[in-house]
Amino acid sequence: MTTAIQQPNRTGRRWEDIGEPSRFEWDQGPENLSPPPADRTVRTARGLGWFSIGLGLAEVAAPRRMARLIGVEDDDTHRNILFAYGLREIASGLAILAGERPTGAVWARVGGDLMDLAFLGRAMASDRSERGKVALATAAVLGVTALDVMTGQRLKQQTDGGKGLSSGAIDVRQSITIGRPPDELYRFWRDFRNLPQFMEHVESVQVLDERRSHWKAKAPAGSSVEWDASIVEDRPNEAIAWQSEPQADVPNRGTVRFKPAPGNLGTEIHVSLQYDPPGGRLGALVAKLFGEEPSQQVKSDLRRLKQVIETGEVVHSDASIHRGMHPAQPSAEAAKLGGDR
Amino acid sequence: MKANCWLGKRKLEVREVPDPKILNGRDAIVRITSTAICGSDLHIYNGLIPTMEKGDILGHEFMGEVVETGPSVKNLKVGDRVVVPFTIACGACANCQRDLWSLCENSNPNAWIAEKLMGHSPAGLFGYSHMLGGFAGGQAEYARVPFADVGPLKVPEELTDDQVLFLSDIFPTGYMGAEMCNIQPGDVIAVWGCGPVGQFAIASARLLGAERIIAIDRFPYRLRMAAEKAGATDVINYEEESTLERINEITAGRGPDACIDAVGMEAHGPAAIYAYDRAKQALMLETDRPIALREAIMACRPGGTVSVIGVYGGLIDKFPMGALMNKSLTIRSGQTHMHRYMRPLLDRIQKGEIDPSFVITHRMKLADAPKGFEMFVNKVDNCEKVVLSA
Repeated sequence: MTTAIQQPNRTGRRWEDIGEPSRFEWDQGPENLSPPPADRTVRTARGLGWFSIGLGLAEVAAPRRMARLIGVEDDDTHRNILFAYGLREIASGLAILAGERPTGAVWARVGGDLMDLAFLGRAMASDRSERGKVALATAAVLGVTALDVMTGQRLKQQTDGGKGLSSGAIDVRQSITIGRPPDELYRFWRDFRNLPQFMEHVESVQVLDERRSHWKAKAPAGSSVEWDASIVEDRPNEAIAWQSEPQADVPNRGTVRFKPAPGNLGTEIHVSLQYDPPGGRLGALVAKLFGEEPSQQVKSDLRRLKQVIETGEVVHSDASIHRGMHPAQPSAEAAKLGGDR
Repeated sequence: MKANCWLGKRKLEVREVPDPKILNGRDAIVRITSTAICGSDLHIYNGLIPTMEKGDILGHEFMGEVVETGPSVKNLKVGDRVVVPFTIACGACANCQRDLWSLCENSNPNAWIAEKLMGHSPAGLFGYSHMLGGFAGGQAEYARVPFADVGPLKVPEELTDDQVLFLSDIFPTGYMGAEMCNIQPGDVIAVWGCGPVGQFAIASARLLGAERIIAIDRFPYRLRMAAEKAGATDVINYEEESTLERINEITAGRGPDACIDAVGMEAHGPAAIYAYDRAKQALMLETDRPIALREAIMACRPGGTVSVIGVYGGLIDKFPMGALMNKSLTIRSGQTHMHRYMRPLLDRIQKGEIDPSFVITHRMKLADAPKGFEMFVNKVDNCEKVVLSA
């Protein structure tokens, strides 16, 4: 017997349904994405998109001049940062103008604003900066941040139609191809105790009974969150769907499908995951500043799964075993870090 | 241990850093006996490779002695003398199984960065940016070698370091460049760039039976090496004569059957073109200067092959797509599928068909690595290839 759960429908996310078994659509296409609302908010968003591109081009073409304009020291590091920020601005501008889901793209701009503010904050603390210019630049960024947040919230309300469990819901779809048959991968995944091996943020999963499990995951700022989840659909060698039980710290649900890949390439794994991040969307943005964005995290988790299955363990480099930036050189604590993960 | 660390554009320092440790079961630690500076290291040196960080250990051409093995490494033992391929590959994924080792799907822990730039990620490389893995490089006293059960090649004692060191990159790279030309009897091959990779492309074209090999560069000492050591039949100094006119003359108007770009993203060329690309690169309106590549496409005979082994990092400008399309050219390219070539090329060295040490012009201690870079980048004292030893 299969029980199905509901999948986000055409309006995006019906979060009031979480916790209640309903219908799940196995094949979702891009038609599930909500159409962009065409009104003034969207025009503001597009304005922000063009602003991003303009600022980005300036940063890319003249990082030196930009460094002087905002009062930070004109050295290699700052020029490189400004160049990289410029590429980010151009990318987020293009994402907004591409317009598939301007809501996400506008919120990505807020993430970028926070990065800018962090950068300016550091510059403010440096003796080598011109503090007056830095303060002016900070004020400008704060103004734009406010506009971004406002636009993001308006867009969000329009997409949700004012409904939904929370405005902070994250919806991720990712997939990967792994060179093993579906039944082997299904069995590996179905034993939830294996998941922390490749899901970076999941610390442990305890299996309570045939359907229920207890999850513990890392949350921003060194805290952790826990919840109970139950399997709502289990099709051997094909798919597993689970969702958190009511009162979870992080309401979430997910499905994983195992599909034979063409030729002898093994299995396509398609994951769909929705969750309500702790601290809402702002919390997610702050988390993003210190790590990868949610869809990137899931992709990276799947890549680690592929490494575990195909090579026997998660592959480390001298830099990758560290959280955040670290030069590509051995470190005294490397062996310990490597062994733990 | 001591290691050559990148600190910024044209800033290197040999520093004391922690010794490497086994991080994965399939790792080995190698005590490095010989290591070299690669032309592609100069792109990093010149600040043109993105995602480098202060303190990154450079170097991807190295060999040495195994001093420690992880629990899953069964084919190597402490004391084995090995050459290490610069591309890191797991041996198990679909691309490794297809013999496309530089496209390993599992060896780049930072694949997501490369994906943003290129759509998909290639294999991880030693000492070549965080986008390509963040692996410490081999211009050091020791290195951790991932997938040591798949990559390192044991070398016989009777061969010297100088004879086998270049199996780590430039000999297989030049060889792949020539192999991608699918050389037939009577073929004329033109090679842009007579740095070490160009020399091995020329030497490999000769091994693979090319009739004529045209070497193109601007340094007389490099052209001399190409003709006297590598086996070029014709040389062109583009600062003295027009490359295209001269090639047309040599091939009686046909154009070479295949052209090899062994130059890459920092090409030089005739003054006006060079100034144009240099300016665009400085303004970051293009990241790479494709002067040699453009010329190779223009020179190539209709229906011929352009083989690109020079390193490119990002975007190029004024790419002669019309010539490529209308002349039915085939472009072949890639980071070297090292594991495919190391053993067969070792056989050729053992049989005496080639002695790769002919490219070496300078030997230094690891501690002098920054000086070696400076000499290499400025072509001081006819510098062709610098080998560093511990």
